[in-house]
Amino acid sequence: MSERVASACMAFANWPRRLLSDNLGRLALITALVFAGMSVAQPALFLTRANFSSMAFQFPEFALLGLAVMVSMLTGGIDLSVIGLANLSSMLAVMAMRSLAADPHAPGAAPAIAVGIAALLGAGALGGLLNGLAIAAIGIPPILATLGTGLIFTGIAVVLSDGAAVLGFPDAISVLGNGALLGVPAPVLVFAALAAALAFLLNWTSFGLRVYLLGTNALAARFAGINNFRITLGAYLISGLLAAVAGLIIAVRANSAKADYGASYLLLSILISVLGGINPYGGFGKVSGLVLAVLSLQFLSSGLNLLQVSNFAVDMTWGALLLLVMVINTGGLRRPFGARVVRLIERRKR
Amino acid sequence: MQRILARNETLVSLILLAFCAVTAWIEPSFLSVAALFDLFRNSIVPAMFAVGVLLVLASGGIDVSFTAIAAFAMYVGTKAMIAFGMGDSILVAFLVAGAIGLVLGLINGFFIATLGLPTLIVTLGTLSVFRGFLLTFVGTQLITAVPTGMRAFSRTMLIRFTAADGTIVSLPIAFLLLVIAVALTWLLLNRTMLGRSIYALGGAPESALRVGVNVVGVQYFVYAYVGVLSSIAGIVHASLARVANPFDLVGLELSVIAAVVLGGARLSGGHGTILGTLLGVALIVVINNSLIVLGIPTTWQNVVTGSLILFGTGVPALRTRFAALRAG
Repeated sequence: MSERVASACMAFANWPRRLLSDNLGRLALITALVFAGMSVAQPALFLTRANFSSMAFQFPEFALLGLAVMVSMLTGGIDLSVIGLANLSSMLAVMAMRSLAADPHAPGAAPAIAVGIAALLGAGALGGLLNGLAIAAIGIPPILATLGTGLIFTGIAVVLSDGAAVLGFPDAISVLGNGALLGVPAPVLVFAALAAALAFLLNWTSFGLRVYLLGTNALAARFAGINNFRITLGAYLISGLLAAVAGLIIAVRANSAKADYGASYLLLSILISVLGGINPYGGFGKVSGLVLAVLSLQFLSSGLNLLQVSNFAVDMTWGALLLLVMVINTGGLRRPFGARVVRLIERRKR
Repeated sequence: MQRILARNETLVSLILLAFCAVTAWIEPSFLSVAALFDLFRNSIVPAMFAVGVLLVLASGGIDVSFTAIAAFAMYVGTKAMIAFGMGDSILVAFLVAGAIGLVLGLINGFFIATLGLPTLIVTLGTLSVFRGFLLTFVGTQLITAVPTGMRAFSRTMLIRFTAADGTIVSLPIAFLLLVIAVALTWLLLNRTMLGRSIYALGGAPESALRVGVNVVGVQYFVYAYVGVLSSIAGIVHASLARVANPFDLVGLELSVIAAVVLGGARLSGGHGTILGTLLGVALIVVINNSLIVLGIPTTWQNVVTGSLILFGTGVPALRTRFAALRAG
């Protein structure tokens, strides 16, 4: 009995080390530190209802794009077309809604909204499938396939709109961007629901397991009888759907759809994924890590904004944070040189 | 014959020729020296970037920060010319920019070679850091009154003559810089131990290490080389545009990488030639130039470029796939 108590005490005493031995724990600590730092630096402004509300309206759109990039990264690929697809899908959605409900303020636009959402998700699914086919059926490297399709998606949106903003969302759907339920902003609810669904899909279904296996070792996955073609297609399909929803939220918040909204979100969504511990070579990473990464970046940027630091400096701290986390995660300089070279070799083998 | 057909360069040349043929058929003036020089002029900066990117891809890495390095060096270099009161000499700008490129490249090298971090993540991070530093601490104002040295540089022509129809045809001296950069990089990659080490590192890092390649040194060299080359391209860009805009250039990185890969370099490392890289850049530049000539509205430009990337990478990918199937 006393031994068990002693070992429990030991385990308890060891928790800081256990926390820090794990990527997720370190990231949680960094997020908490950023939060604490900003709270101390600007308590009168940072710890206010208004600030929390504004942060909660800001992060879901790029967090959803981060989820979209994450799914593709888990398979060992990458999806650079998320922004293009997000804008194209939301543009098709607003065009569909506008043509069915001419007066945006009129009530009872439910059928128009239903068709609009169908157009949105349909475009996202088709775009995602196109990516999946280019990668899995033709065999184009993901970075190039999605760079090409991303240009095509953006290009179609430019051709459809002549580069202008497309207006005409029915009032009822604007709730998704500006409304709140029990004090929780609607975009956060959408993000939380989709993040939970994705976490369930990845952790509790055989599809999720297969995605991780494919990303860890595609050849071994094939010999284990996994249909790599279908898993890749599925992963990019999900990525496309998430991008489409992100596009809707971006467009609803801007009250219009445009071909070049969120251009800076592309590198940001990759940065979020990597910061969240998603291995860009595939096979590793959790939704919870991505959520922590999003929160830490949002705390950092809101806090710095309240400290009147320019947006460019915020970009700089994001980049620096990414480098810092990578150095900490990999042990950085403490590791002997030989181990670093071995790591280089192992990395390349994947 | 089979081998020539199977090369990526052949495919890119064929697409390029087809595009030129169609354009020339619709608009005969496309076949003039003036149009050719226009093409050369528009290729100078992207081609200098592309040659650097080729080195990185051949070594098995990827660099997305080179445009931020170029913008940084361009802006600081121009400012330095003005600040030192040496506006007459573009050499100052090149020296300052080159030094900045070297330092920023070595920073990339430190994270990649010494700390062993993944190249994409490092350069993604340094892209934000370099650009953020430039815009926060150096400035955001465009310099429209570029120093006299830069204006003189952009006005100095390598070739200049009057065409039959009376128009003046000219090619800026900056093209010579591209020729030098291409020649140097070709010699480096094909005629030196260092160049072969770069390919070896990209092709099989473990084997490279076992045969005694100084892996860390080679990586430092590659990222420093890209840094210096991009910086020089940045100064050329500011000279030709006659404005130093700190917001310029960043955003081009993925299309430059796409051009290099179209030209046959592989993201997995160990492959890629100078000729292919130049063809890839030429293709992208020709397409952007000739859409207007072909009467395609410029709104279609993204769609055409995107389709081309899919086609240009899809055909070799399919060919590899079928070859693997035939081999069983």
